[in-house]
Amino acid sequence: MCLAIPGKVTSIEKENGLRMGLVAINGSMTRACLEYVPDIEVGQYTIVHAGFALKVIDEEEARESLEIWKGLLGE
Amino acid sequence: MKYIDEYRDAEVVRRIAERLAQATTRPWTIMEICGGQTHSILRYGLDQLLPEGISLVHGPGCPVCVTSVKTIDRAIAIASKPGTLLAAFGDMLRVPGSSGDLAAARSRGGDVRFVFSPLEALQLARENPHKEVVFLAVGFETTAPGNAMAVRQAAREGLMNFSVLVSHFLVPPAMEAILASSGNRIQGFLGAGHVCTVTGTEPYLPIARKFQTPVVVAGFEPVDLLSAILRLVQMLEEELVGVENAYGRVVEPQGNPAAAAVVREVFEVADVAWRGIGVIPASGLVLRESFREWDALRKFELGGVDTADDVRCRSGDVLAGRITPDSCDAFGRECRPEHPLGAPMVSGEGACAAYYRYRCSSAKPFSC
Repeated sequence: MCLAIPGKVTSIEKENGLRMGLVAINGSMTRACLEYVPDIEVGQYTIVHAGFALKVIDEEEARESLEIWKGLLGE
Repeated sequence: MKYIDEYRDAEVVRRIAERLAQATTRPWTIMEICGGQTHSILRYGLDQLLPEGISLVHGPGCPVCVTSVKTIDRAIAIASKPGTLLAAFGDMLRVPGSSGDLAAARSRGGDVRFVFSPLEALQLARENPHKEVVFLAVGFETTAPGNAMAVRQAAREGLMNFSVLVSHFLVPPAMEAILASSGNRIQGFLGAGHVCTVTGTEPYLPIARKFQTPVVVAGFEPVDLLSAILRLVQMLEEELVGVENAYGRVVEPQGNPAAAAVVREVFEVADVAWRGIGVIPASGLVLRESFREWDALRKFELGGVDTADDVRCRSGDVLAGRITPDSCDAFGRECRPEHPLGAPMVSGEGACAAYYRYRCSSAKPFSC
């Protein structure tokens, strides 16, 4: 239940007073509430859990940590 | 898919496993708290990549599994009343109550719907003004912000035909209860990544210090999990105590303050009973008094029926990490996904379901 899936925000709109958006996840569009990621913009990645975006994915952090592990391959 | 495929790179996983073997000089027993991580570990066979001596123990981080039989019975009672609509996450429909489950209540004519988001339940209330719409609000810290938002939104819209049946749990008190129990063998924890997305890593520091037990926050993909195990083993080997974050792209030390604020506005901390484990002090969330009009327990006369787990089900021992699912006599025999004795056999995060799905052929000699 605590699974949260990464996806890319493709549109943002207000609905019933809440900031909502469409998030492309693995080829399909999911409607998600964006109230908890108030600064997110179209094109950014987030993780969605039970219809709520909980965090803008830190691209720089992701790249840096992955480079460390990819670096092992060259050893 | 971005942020998934690169974390499933088999060659990277193999290299991390080699590092782990080099780093390990003694046996260590580690618990992954989150049931989602248990499923990933079994699905990708990560436990089979670990050096001899590293034992993974599966924790109680499955909200569906720890929701009490009483809550399931209450949900079934609500769904069976005329004029009500009960909405729940799909995982909840097959969880056994003391007699039957929500799916059976639906087949008897109860209006039971499954939803992906608490806001869908709220929409059902808007669309069905003549029905009492009750959402079975189950979860850990990850799910609490969404459930809290649904309640707050209902209050703002004055949506009086909406209410929630709350079954909310908190991870740190469960970790503390495990570490304080007699015969505890857990030496380090993999922290539940998405719980920490909301709460941050700070709530774990006092536990790490009090019990001298390191915690490394982990994600859910193979590279995330194995790199977190490597860091945890390094800390154990070096006798380092503290909390480290191996899931930095999604977890920040302070968590998500906006989400935590709405949770605090709507819920307060309370003692709650964990199915199979019992009451743990200050380990759950209940609605604050100011939101009592959206509390299903106050809206419906549900009686005080005493309910108990099926005695054949050892889910309490599984959830506390005392046994593995395949050590239970009922596993794969009386207890199977099509006729579960306990919730861990049906939940997408249940350890028994993970063993049944990914380990059956190598488990006991029965035909799965």
